Amino acid sequence: MGVITSFKQNFSEFFKKLFRKKNARIGIYGPPNAGKTTLANRILRDWTGDAMGSVSHIAHETRRARRREGVTIKANGHSITLDIIDTPGLATKIDFHEFMEHGMEESEAKRRAKEATEGVIEAVKWLDNLDGVILVMDATEDPYTQVNVTVIGNMEARKLPLLIAANKIDLPESSPGTIRDAFPQHPMVAISALEGKNIDTLYEEIAKRFG
Amino acid sequence: MDLISEEKLAEMAPVEKVRFIIDEVRSGKILVLEKGLTPEEEASLIEMTMTLIDPEGFSGIEMESYPSKVDTSIFGKILKKHTVRTRLTVVGPADQLKTLKKDRNMISALLSAHK
Repeated sequence: MGVITSFKQNFSEFFKKLFRKKNARIGIYGPPNAGKTTLANRILRDWTGDAMGSVSHIAHETRRARRREGVTIKANGHSITLDIIDTPGLATKIDFHEFMEHGMEESEAKRRAKEATEGVIEAVKWLDNLDGVILVMDATEDPYTQVNVTVIGNMEARKLPLLIAANKIDLPESSPGTIRDAFPQHPMVAISALEGKNIDTLYEEIAKRFG
Repeated sequence: MDLISEEKLAEMAPVEKVRFIIDEVRSGKILVLEKGLTPEEEASLIEMTMTLIDPEGFSGIEMESYPSKVDTSIFGKILKKHTVRTRLTVVGPADQLKTLKKDRNMISALLSAHK
């Protein structure tokens, strides 16, 4: 009897594994200092009670992609389980002098710059392994930055879903409407990842867009 | 500054194109690409740029392109083709080209002749 029960369990697990739907891999992208890790931390704290990584006002704080598997988000009666990848900020240039302006020693600034270049490469490579992207834009900045244009173009070329998070709406100079006007073909949610403002609307859109 | 025709770039494979651009930019040239780069080529260019950044000399590139357009023509829909139409791209050394303002149809940039 025990053998039959054990066989049944193993058989059942085998089929579960065989037909289990892979979690959608969602990358959090954006330029340095847009608030990607702040948003990743917010999502993880809300749904797993954990955090993704440290944040800083100095650019390129996240220099390695971090992946968290099996994050279940519930919104609007739907439940969606995602693998979330917090990527390093994309950039076309990295000058170690900018880190020295924040008080770093030259050797430390050069090391950070080197790690940042590796992080950008990793972020670009992840583009080939995703099922969708949350593009975090700083709502106080010009939305037509090259990073935004390149990420959006890559998602459109791959026909993958994209959701824009217009972040930092807690700042008075933010203008999420400018982002909406710039990229009207994609859904956009204005949020403050730092304060959690409008974050439930973002979760609803995540469930709708990536579910 | 070199203005590169669509035909010249069309003769190159994507990897050649990226290599050509990065070599020219590292030598101090600013390039205006008539047809622009595809989003995938832009990503490859960023990737290659990162591998070549050198604290003592090359801090990267400044690149600006107009947002690409997705072909939504009736023929595209019938053939179920999903074509991204690229537009003009400007690329140069980060220490010689600085974007001042950009919108959907205009790029304002400041060029400097000396590093």
